Amino acid sequence: MIVTGKGGVGKTTVAVALGMRAAAAGKRTIVCEVASQENASRMFEHTEVGFHEVEMEENLWSISIDPDESMREYVLLQLKVRAMRDMLFRSRIFGYLAAATPGLKELVTIGKIWELAQLDRKVKKGRKYDLVIVDAPATGHGIGFLQTPRTFANIARVGPIHSQAQRLDSFITDHDQTGTAIVALPEEMPVNESAALERDLRDEVGVAVDRVYLNALYPERFSKEECERLGKLAEGERGAVRAAARAAVSEHERARSQRAQLARLRRRVKAPVKTLPFLFEPELGPEAARRLSRRLG
Amino acid sequence: MPTLGEVLDEKEICICAGSGGVGKTTTSAAIAVGMASRGLKVCVLTIDPAKRLADSLGMEELGNEARQVDPALFERQGVEMKGELWAMMLDPKQTFDELIARQAPDEESRDRVLENRIYQQISNALAGSQEYMAMEKLFELHTEGEFDLLVLDTPPTRNALDFLDAPKRLTQFIEGRSLKVFMKPTGLAAKVAGRGASVALSVFKRIVGFDLIADLAEFFNAFSGMVDGFQARAKRVNKLLSDPGTCFLVVCGPQGEPIDEAVYFHRKLVEAKLPFGGVIVNKVHYPAEQLRGDAVEDLPAALTEKLGDADLAQRVAANFADYQALAERDARNIEHLASELRTQSVIRVPYLDEDVHDLAGLAEIDRYLFATSEERVEMAAGRA
Repeated sequence: MIVTGKGGVGKTTVAVALGMRAAAAGKRTIVCEVASQENASRMFEHTEVGFHEVEMEENLWSISIDPDESMREYVLLQLKVRAMRDMLFRSRIFGYLAAATPGLKELVTIGKIWELAQLDRKVKKGRKYDLVIVDAPATGHGIGFLQTPRTFANIARVGPIHSQAQRLDSFITDHDQTGTAIVALPEEMPVNESAALERDLRDEVGVAVDRVYLNALYPERFSKEECERLGKLAEGERGAVRAAARAAVSEHERARSQRAQLARLRRRVKAPVKTLPFLFEPELGPEAARRLSRRLG
Repeated sequence: MPTLGEVLDEKEICICAGSGGVGKTTTSAAIAVGMASRGLKVCVLTIDPAKRLADSLGMEELGNEARQVDPALFERQGVEMKGELWAMMLDPKQTFDELIARQAPDEESRDRVLENRIYQQISNALAGSQEYMAMEKLFELHTEGEFDLLVLDTPPTRNALDFLDAPKRLTQFIEGRSLKVFMKPTGLAAKVAGRGASVALSVFKRIVGFDLIADLAEFFNAFSGMVDGFQARAKRVNKLLSDPGTCFLVVCGPQGEPIDEAVYFHRKLVEAKLPFGGVIVNKVHYPAEQLRGDAVEDLPAALTEKLGDADLAQRVAANFADYQALAERDARNIEHLASELRTQSVIRVPYLDEDVHDLAGLAEIDRYLFATSEERVEMAAGRA
């Protein structure tokens, strides 16, 4: 399951919440980060995990996929001899070539995701996962990231990497194995972008879009009539009463315009839309993610 | 404490930087609108593929050429426009192609590069090439001197710093020309360089396939005549970025993560000796005391008395408590930001009731961006 969306919409929170839900249902699950941001481990209030599969909770694991480490692992799997691999990585020319080959970093990153999802793991002592959740890079780069295998299969016309790139592409576009979830915010432009993203994911990449999560939706706390009363109260008051009444009116306005965006989103995307509540908490930790995970259904 | 108008006075380039999702594009557009309305001829550049800027400027789409935003639009929104506002969306691929055309010694080498498959990949997809092209376009527009001020909305990279290193990374990549000798299948140099290099090469070949190696070799060959030109240009771009006429503004949101990234980004700017102009925090919840919400002993009781509805009063009080908690978090985070940056001039744009996606919204943001901090508090209180 690949969790996508533009920056700052709460992809990590949703990825972690999805992971908690699957883990609670008894699935051995891993949440992968791909841009060494360590947002997920931060969310678990855990120290950085790095390029290791670390168990955060029962059944729930986390890894930060570093492209250089993935490359080392991949080459070792190819060569099977550690000393030879190490010699290769010490060679300047290999570093140059690896850096000069466009898309190679993204490709080995996706390769690692694929490896994690295999029933028969390639790495030593690797145990299988029932579900691999990917906290994908922000869109703009997101689609390019998922298209890397196909691009690569085209530039490397033959050789082992050509066939592996093709295998990765079939893996991503196999609707039975791989799906995506888009995370959106209830605002005008994020809604537009999510609709465009869904189209690109379906048509350009060819990946399944299973669900759109509209994140951080304000609760509807006040009715229109109540809001009018509060507006009048605010006019005649000062101090905290006025500030509180005004805050209620603001909340109502926001909640209302968000409902309009929700309706727009539902009209514009094909995948089912699920809403997630705004959490009035200074910083989101594991408990917040757990509460969200119960709302994911 | 200088206002944003004073910070940008006499500046020729303003670069808005920050992580994704913090309102960078909106802020860039609002700054451009603000400076144009003050009488300058301003061009705002974005690289965002999502067309957000075009949306907010009421334009169908933006192209790789700067286009003027219809002055009548401002009039309709009640914004006095003394100068001119222009906008463009950067097409990195086209910019790269133009750059190749300019640097190539002759048509044949130009076509060899443009037709090379490796080139086609990097000009589209290589991480950093978008960022590099943004800098390149900025440099080109600045050299042409058509505008008083250029405002750049930096690409939505996950790592806000990528674009700073982009020119260097790209030239390093292109300098890989020295590799081409190794890449010839029977290159003498490979033998001379010793067994290590040739083993590395043969393993790499085994992994990625011979074709790719051949394409790479061809690419570096085709590029070899242009390397010096590229290097010279990258140097001039770097010089422009550190010029006192350039100003970097850090844009962030009030949550912990964006604030940490802003701190980190500021440190990098200082290390790179690039001119830092200030920090803008978007979507801030102003604390109640600044909104003249002097504390009341028992707010639910006071509200019940005024409203005659205990249930509604409870909900209003609970909503206000939630707001306050966010306001306190924002205040703490901004205080931390100010102390890390050793500055008092943090521009706090409040969390408005409506999200900003048109000129009227940009004008509203401008009122806060270009105000003094006292005026901002006044405005926020007036709203509240």
